Amino acid sequence: MTVKDFTEQFGYEILTCADKADKTEITGVYICDLLSMAMARVKDGNMWVTVHTNVNIVAVAYLTNAACIVIPENIEVEEITVSKAAEKGIIIIRAPHTSYEICVNYYLKSSELSHG
Amino acid sequence: MVKAAVDLHIHSCLSPCASNDMTPGNIVMMSKIKGLDIISVCDHNHTGNLEAVAKVAGEVGILFIPGLELETSEEIHILCYFPSLESALNMQAALKDFYTDITNREDIFGEQWIMDENDRPVRKVEHLLTAATKLDLYKCVSLVREMGGVPVPAHVDRNSYSIISNLGSVPEDLGFKTLELSRYTTKTDFLDKYPEYSGKFLITSSDAHDLGMILERESFIELERLSVYDVFERLKGCGG
Repeated sequence: MTVKDFTEQFGYEILTCADKADKTEITGVYICDLLSMAMARVKDGNMWVTVHTNVNIVAVAYLTNAACIVIPENIEVEEITVSKAAEKGIIIIRAPHTSYEICVNYYLKSSELSHG
Repeated sequence: MVKAAVDLHIHSCLSPCASNDMTPGNIVMMSKIKGLDIISVCDHNHTGNLEAVAKVAGEVGILFIPGLELETSEEIHILCYFPSLESALNMQAALKDFYTDITNREDIFGEQWIMDENDRPVRKVEHLLTAATKLDLYKCVSLVREMGGVPVPAHVDRNSYSIISNLGSVPEDLGFKTLELSRYTTKTDFLDKYPEYSGKFLITSSDAHDLGMILERESFIELERLSVYDVFERLKGCGG
């Protein structure tokens, strides 16, 4: 499933690098708000869900080659984070749902796709 | 009494996120130009440039407090102030066991330079300094105090890397008497939001990552005399 498939299905907002959304495959999900944990554990192509909006999330996503960062509960994302992400080619998505609901949605959508 | 102009939170070029212009010489000379009386350099998780800064500061007559901005395992930034270079270097030796082994990527995070007192590069630190250490908050605080230092929660008004953002409050049992505010708030605004900290000594520093960000004469602490001892008494909640 691409980032575009996922966001379109649930009406999530793409804040940065929307042009890459249909070319970026999501391989799985990692949820964590501690940057050092995320830095060590986000896998290639993962969608990383975090309430952290500090500019350093961009560095973590870049370092780990995450498919995208997902900010839950419509949390406001700092301007500097958005501009840094755009500059570095990192997709940031914002969703009205909680982290749990976002992951359930991802799970349901990916199961539906794998079972046809 | 002395009303000392301070900036007790300045990053040097050892912090990857700081400008490479933040050499020991440049930091001290800029602080001199700005008319500061007391400065502290607090790099992320490393004391490598303190010796050089101390030498230059001594030459131009600025009171220098050796410092460190430690990131705990909860991703809380704690400023650690030491009464002597020796005490800071002891802390550095102790820190070795608590580093997480992530190699710095200069293209993402920036370079991490240790310099000498003539602003000549000595070496680069290889592991990433802007990462959490394995020290939890309580261990961090007791280790700093063991070394004779004073721990001060950094930029408690900010929504990242602050003790209030990450833990919800400043736990009383840690015995902090001083809290640092970022330059983006005022004491009045902070206390309006958090009246429970009205008994704390609040200090504003720049968290400067480039030379222009170093404070002018705008943040003051009142001291009996301009001395390291008096600064420490103040930070520990005595005197003033």
